[in-house]
Amino acid sequence: MAELQAKPMPVPDSISRPYWEGANQGEFRFQRCRACRKAQFYSRYACVHCHSTELQWQVAKGLGRVASFSVIHRAPIAAFMADTPYVLALVDLDEGFRFMCNVLHCDPATVKIGMRVRVCYETRPGSEQKVSQVEPATS
Amino acid sequence: MGSKAIISGVHDTQVGALPDSTCMSLHAEAALGALADAGLAVSDIDGLLTAYSFASPQLMLGGVLGEYIGLRPKVNASIAMGGMTGGLLVRHAESLVRSGRCRHVLCVTGDNRLTGMGDKVQAALADVGHPQYEQPYGMSVPAAFAMAAQVYFHEGWLNGDHLAAVAVNQRTNAALHPQSHMKKPITMDDVRKSKVIASPLRMLDCCLVSDGGAAAVVSAGDTARDLPKRAVELLGIGEGHTHEHIFAAPSLVDFGCKESAADALAQAGLKHQDVDCAHIYDCFTSTLLITLESMGFYGRGEAGPAALAGEFAIGGRFPVNTNGGLLSYGSSGAAGGMFHVVEAVRQLRGECGPRQVKDAEVALAHTLGGIFSGHCSIIMGRA
Repeated sequence: MAELQAKPMPVPDSISRPYWEGANQGEFRFQRCRACRKAQFYSRYACVHCHSTELQWQVAKGLGRVASFSVIHRAPIAAFMADTPYVLALVDLDEGFRFMCNVLHCDPATVKIGMRVRVCYETRPGSEQKVSQVEPATS
Repeated sequence: MGSKAIISGVHDTQVGALPDSTCMSLHAEAALGALADAGLAVSDIDGLLTAYSFASPQLMLGGVLGEYIGLRPKVNASIAMGGMTGGLLVRHAESLVRSGRCRHVLCVTGDNRLTGMGDKVQAALADVGHPQYEQPYGMSVPAAFAMAAQVYFHEGWLNGDHLAAVAVNQRTNAALHPQSHMKKPITMDDVRKSKVIASPLRMLDCCLVSDGGAAAVVSAGDTARDLPKRAVELLGIGEGHTHEHIFAAPSLVDFGCKESAADALAQAGLKHQDVDCAHIYDCFTSTLLITLESMGFYGRGEAGPAALAGEFAIGGRFPVNTNGGLLSYGSSGAAGGMFHVVEAVRQLRGECGPRQVKDAEVALAHTLGGIFSGHCSIIMGRA
């Protein structure tokens, strides 16, 4: 029955739509505050650092490092069972914020804290929405 | 400042697979048990605080329980802050009592999520992940907690032997508790060879899913003389909140327990070394060790070796989770944290029989919600 259950997909809202539309266009967009110049992930109504509402969208270069990770052998729901073992990671992008993703296109046993990664976009069956992910940065 | 509030009564139910239980029967059993322990009647209670249920979700759990046990309180609220809720109920009950708003506040937790939910419980827990930024990546709760453990492993502060020592110690303790869910002895090798759930965490590093309930009555300090049992004073309570989702945590090494423990100790006028036994939220073996270090009971990289050296045993230098904890006593939603409160009270009363920590005068109960997100530390002492 596992194949009948789809993976959870993001449902963009008015605040997050630019981020997810960016993913569909191959851009990792994030908000930077015009007042304090700090970056934030995820997008919000106001800056999490100084609470200014003067936020602008920027595009990250898409390079970062694995801050931590776990290789999941027991999936939380059936939709992910076929993927086990898969890597869940926290990645610090060079622009100064952290996000969660999977590390794709590599042997899970090769993933290490501190390894350089590059953003990539996963297409999932039955969905128009691409999902921001990372893979090892080879250069 | 009035006199210290006290815990006048506690009760926890049998835990494990209880197919004849319901969410409300567990609540009622825990509530009535705690009242009997305090020598109080339902009509003596003027405040009711409850948590939440996964197996039988309610919009107004406090209203449902009041109706179920014939209680018409002056103050009634339900608090849903995940695993930290058990401690939070005591925390808010203490405020209600010290402000003079209530005399006796009944705090009740419980759920039948083992027999009442079946396989749905892991998926329900994974729902705590952010719907846009975590759930699409297949985050499980063990994997989220494993993110912090992985950093500790990477830095050389923890290893698999340290985690295994925690699991073995708590199973040993649970075997001494008549109501515990898991009593079958385990060895270090059993833990180290159990299957990987989310690296570096294995099956026996993970807490149980149990049916069960627990309750505590928090009363005004001047009621202590009327109690049938020795009162336990609430000496200091602290909270710490840093994030909700693990990707937004400001650190993967230190968490809000640092502030919650510091505040609780400062209010109590006590130091770390004054705590005789600790009852700490242990959804995973790593959670316990990381929490102990972040709170300052051990230096960085010292909690794991302490576990391995047997310091957390009932007769050890710093007894921890004498009832077996969430890992082996049981974990029933918000009751998981309340089990720690109940055990701390029993230790201070000297009621623990073979689990008794000699001369226990000051105990810490600590509950945690989310992914190291919110923390509540309660320092209590013999009145």
